[in-house]
Amino acid sequence: MEQKTKINAEEGKQDLVITREFDLPLELLFKAYEEPEIIEQWMGTKVLQLENKNHGSWRFETSNEKANMVFQLNGVIHEFSPNQRIIRTFEMDNVPFGVQLEFLEFEKLTDDTSKLTMHIIYRSAEIRDQVLKLPFTYGINMAHNQLEKVLSKLK
Amino acid sequence: MNLRRDVFQAIADPTRRTILLLVASQAMTAGAIASNFDTARPTVSKHLQILTECELLEQKQNGREIYYYINAKKMKEVADFIEPFRKMWDDRFNKLENIMKAYKPKK
Repeated sequence: MEQKTKINAEEGKQDLVITREFDLPLELLFKAYEEPEIIEQWMGTKVLQLENKNHGSWRFETSNEKANMVFQLNGVIHEFSPNQRIIRTFEMDNVPFGVQLEFLEFEKLTDDTSKLTMHIIYRSAEIRDQVLKLPFTYGINMAHNQLEKVLSKLK
Repeated sequence: MNLRRDVFQAIADPTRRTILLLVASQAMTAGAIASNFDTARPTVSKHLQILTECELLEQKQNGREIYYYINAKKMKEVADFIEPFRKMWDDRFNKLENIMKAYKPKK
C-alpha cells in the first residue's frame, strides 16, 4: 500500500513539508481543523482556546500518560481562510525548540478527496532535526518491524 | 524528483522490504533474490531497480555476476531518522480521516 503521509525534509534546511491526501471532501478536512471537539479527538489534546480568525490565538494541552507530564501548546493564528489556508505559529512550553511557523494549505482534489500541505519553518536546521528525532527518541514504534530487523543486523 | 518520498514508497512495499531483509544478511545476485519469491522474475527486477534508484541497494560487479548489497548508510538515515516522525503524523491523519468519515453534521 502506498503511504499516504509524506515528509520532505531536505538535509541542512530549517523547514520541512508534510503532505497528505485524504478520502474526505475539502470541507470535512477543514472542519477537522476548525472544530475544537474534533481536534481533541484526532490530536489527542485538550483545546483550551481556539480563535479561528486572523490574529486569533490558540492554546492546547496534551498529557503524556507514560511520562506523567502535561504539555502546553500555544500560538497565534496569522491567517484563517476557511477551506483554503491557516497560517499560525506553534510553540510547546518548557522545551528548547522555540516557535515554529506553520503554513497549512487545504486543497480540493475531487468532490470526495482533498489534500493538506503543511509547510513548517523552524528557527534553525539544528532545531528542525531535533524535532524530527523526537518521536524516535520517545520510542514510538517503528512502522516497519521488518526494517527494525534489518537495522539490528547492521549494527 | 523528490527522492525522499520515493524512498518511503520503496520501503512501503512488502516485497521490497523482504528483499531488503534478504540482502541485509548477504550480498546476492538478482537470480538468487528472485528464487525466494513466487512472483515472476521481471517483477523482482522491477523491485530491485526501484530499490537501487532510491539508493537503498547498491550493485557491485563480481566477475560476470552483479551482486546487490544493502546501503546501510541510506537505510539508517531513512529508517532511524524520519520514519517515526512520519508515522506519528500518519497515525494522526488516519485518525482524522476515520473521525471525519463518520462525521454527521449536527442540524
